Amino acid sequence: MDNKFILEMNHIEKDFFGNQVLKDVSIKVKPGEIVALIGENGAGKSTIMNILFGMPAIHQTGGFKGEVIINGEKVDIKSPIEAMKHGIGMVHQEFMLIDGYDVAENVKLNRENLKKTPLSLIFGKRLNLVDQASMHKDARTTLDSLGIDLGEQTRVGSLPVGYKQFVEIARELDKQNTRLIVLDEPTAVLTESEAETFLSCVRSVAEKGIAFIFISHKLDEVKNNSHHVFVLRDGEMVGDYHTKELNTIRMSELMVGRKVEILNRQMEDEDPSHQEICLELEHFGVSMPGEIARDITLQVKKGEIFGIGGLAGHGKISIANGIMGLYPSRGQVKINGKIMDVTRTDDTLDAGVAFVSEDRRGSGLMLDESIELNIAIAALKTKNRFVIKRLGIPFYDKKGAIKYAEKMIQELDIRCTGHSQPVRSLSGGNQQKVCIARALTLDPDILFVSEPTRGIDIGAKKMILDSLMKLNKEKGVTVIITSSELAELRSVCNRIAIVTEGRIAGILSSTDEDYKFGMLMSGAKYEEPGAAQGGDRPQDAAAAQGGDWPQDAAAAQGGDWPQDAAAAQEGGRPQNTAAAQEGGRPQNTAAAQGGGQSGDVAPARETERTVKE
Amino acid sequence: MNRLKQAVDYLGVSRTVVIGFLLVLILSVFPLGINPGMIYSDCLVRIGMNGFLVLAMMISIVCGAGLNFGLPIGILCGLFGGSIAVQFNWSGLAGFWGACLVSVPFAIAAGWLYALLLNNVKGSEMTVGNYMAFSIVSLMSIAWLVLPYSNPKIVWPITGVGLRTTMTLEENYDKVLDNFLKIDFRAMGILQDNPYWKDFSLSTGLLLVFAAGCLLMWLFMKTRAGVIMRCSGVNPGFSRTLGVNNNRVRTIGIIASTVIAAIGINIYSQSYGFYQFYSAPLMMAFPAMAAILIGGATPRKAGVFNVVLGVILFQSLLTLATPVANAVINAGSISEVVRIIVQNGIILYALTKIRANGGK
Repeated sequence: MDNKFILEMNHIEKDFFGNQVLKDVSIKVKPGEIVALIGENGAGKSTIMNILFGMPAIHQTGGFKGEVIINGEKVDIKSPIEAMKHGIGMVHQEFMLIDGYDVAENVKLNRENLKKTPLSLIFGKRLNLVDQASMHKDARTTLDSLGIDLGEQTRVGSLPVGYKQFVEIARELDKQNTRLIVLDEPTAVLTESEAETFLSCVRSVAEKGIAFIFISHKLDEVKNNSHHVFVLRDGEMVGDYHTKELNTIRMSELMVGRKVEILNRQMEDEDPSHQEICLELEHFGVSMPGEIARDITLQVKKGEIFGIGGLAGHGKISIANGIMGLYPSRGQVKINGKIMDVTRTDDTLDAGVAFVSEDRRGSGLMLDESIELNIAIAALKTKNRFVIKRLGIPFYDKKGAIKYAEKMIQELDIRCTGHSQPVRSLSGGNQQKVCIARALTLDPDILFVSEPTRGIDIGAKKMILDSLMKLNKEKGVTVIITSSELAELRSVCNRIAIVTEGRIAGILSSTDEDYKFGMLMSGAKYEEPGAAQGGDRPQDAAAAQGGDWPQDAAAAQGGDWPQDAAAAQEGGRPQNTAAAQEGGRPQNTAAAQGGGQSGDVAPARETERTVKE
Repeated sequence: MNRLKQAVDYLGVSRTVVIGFLLVLILSVFPLGINPGMIYSDCLVRIGMNGFLVLAMMISIVCGAGLNFGLPIGILCGLFGGSIAVQFNWSGLAGFWGACLVSVPFAIAAGWLYALLLNNVKGSEMTVGNYMAFSIVSLMSIAWLVLPYSNPKIVWPITGVGLRTTMTLEENYDKVLDNFLKIDFRAMGILQDNPYWKDFSLSTGLLLVFAAGCLLMWLFMKTRAGVIMRCSGVNPGFSRTLGVNNNRVRTIGIIASTVIAAIGINIYSQSYGFYQFYSAPLMMAFPAMAAILIGGATPRKAGVFNVVLGVILFQSLLTLATPVANAVINAGSISEVVRIIVQNGIILYALTKIRANGGK
């Protein structure tokens, strides 16, 4: 019976200095099974994995109670290296790859195939030669077994994010004894189509008998890919189910412990007073590395929640950044009918625009400063709020700021030890709330929010989206949300613009059918001229939706872009990767076929109109 | 015990060790037979002398330009002001403040130019600043020779042209701040029968000026401008999204740093009793840097607390280590060697702490 499981963790308990973080948690994994581990941030998922890997942090804090059984044998893993010996591998959320090495070298990292040389016979194995040829051959075999078409000689630095993940998994598989692989939020950095390709690869590997522990926040993925689900909440195991028995709504209920209402905004009827335009972009282009916007023309109505969606790398992120003057831009921006010079961030802020950056830990927060300062600073700079004059000198009114910060901490439910806690030690969701609190302090007319829920658990996600909707409803703030998660945009936005290849592919209402979004995201509108010219493409564009489309659609997609433009858009990566980012298409198609047609934007515009109609 | 743990957490382990070492030095004075009154007075004087230079370092960090390796630029402006004061035989407190005042416009101009340079080499301010300072010191060495100084007291005696390498302030404002409201146990007849404390003195004026400088800086950090400057220094990318003109903030910070350094060298020199020209300013930035780093600052973040703690720790260590080492290892000219080892050792230690662990 015992041998049936490849891994058993029985009755695991762990406390950090008396603070119980795991209470009687048991996990069992069979060979070839994909087991999902879900839970909100702080539910104890990473602690369990740290125990499994024998991370020093566990032993330094007094070890844990319970037993770990691998292949029927009770083991005591004291370090990650021992875990590796037991056949447990990990695919990290942040990539542990060396950019300057090629794929094969990364796969074989620290386990290189060696060749003896006369020197090494004398001086020992440190002077062995690395056997490049056999390494590349081995890596090729492993990559083939994964079913990915990825050159083993490509330098890792030039690969798109999705493919780096494959290299990581190939590395684990290349170790002969690997029997269990832990995936820590593997799809967090991938676009939807990349994620799908990745997960299908995981499924095929699992069929060969390798087990996976899959940690994710994305419940759809869990539902579609795992066999078994363990749900953790506050360190307790609250669910141990076959995936078949659950649907995503039930999963989120278990995780959060309360009913999750599906966000749905009441759509108001088209009210003429809502037709006033507050933001107008004309031929707006932003050169933000990796996210270039080329020619964005759109209008946002006053008082609406406007979504900007699209795949990663297509330029949706750069719109807000460009308007805030953080990257060089061209074209025209009108706010409330007034033409703005967006390079002057001051003026833009004065015009009532606020911005919550997608780069939360970078340009979004001062990580080592207190919550209170992070909230107050924007208003201090732009609105002269929290200023107290002493002897005519404008001093920072810390007391006022603290009072205000405490109010915001309550209102937005920021979980912290107090207003003076440095934001670095807050969780992602709470950091995001601080960012939003800061933006609110400006009393904006237009609020740009970029990737508001990236890396945030479900409870906080809902809270954040709710507060954005509340802001829109109660104060009439125009909210412009940029997000990679279409479902999220559709749950809160009135209209959603899809940005593809730096242009607006189309603007849809959130009630429009799924396939329309899929079409626009996959650049389907550009297919029209392609179809006119080639005519060999299946008319059923819905096929394009899942990112899993026929090859000739890829041709149309790369269609009216000159080769170099496609390459430039990906920030100078080789052409084929631009196509590859769409997920799992054979590398050569876009490169080979993209060049076949020349840039042709005018017909594209016509089709934009047709899509709208 | 809990409070002690809190204090250690706040200071960081390495700083606690430094403080512990300093306490050992302070106490070891008694069994080694070194005159404690005199040596403690020395420590206090050195703290007051160097305090302003460390403050100059702080504002440069706060504005986002990192450690100001270009401190000698400000120092040269201060020396220039001082040389003008001596040229015209200004003396007393008024003479001293006059020297400072004359330095300021030069420091503003030099700081502005230096800021222009630094804003174009973001990310490598420290290296560029270092070599900039080296070049300017050499350039000014020529200037000291060719500028038309005529006061026989300060020009080379035989040729009558060019400044001497050191210029005494005896007839001008030697120790004017030190002696302002000075508490001198010997002169005032306090504790004269106590062998330990009879030579103690407190250079009230000097420390008052340093305290006033710290207070002003502290107040500035509380103003709207100060808070925005701190924000710009800590995370320039973030402050850009707030519409802060980072370059302008940096320019202001660097000018302030240069001006404070100019005043700082005048304070330093009046206590020292001499102005030193030519290559003397070359290495003046390093003790100030070591002090602020030991005080817990990082090249991104610094506060008045770091300045005060750092200057106290660094200068006291330096002052105490030499005689203590001399008393322990009784060998002729060991003191100078020890001084060099201690000073550079502390700088080295502090610089290795730049990245690790946020300076703790």
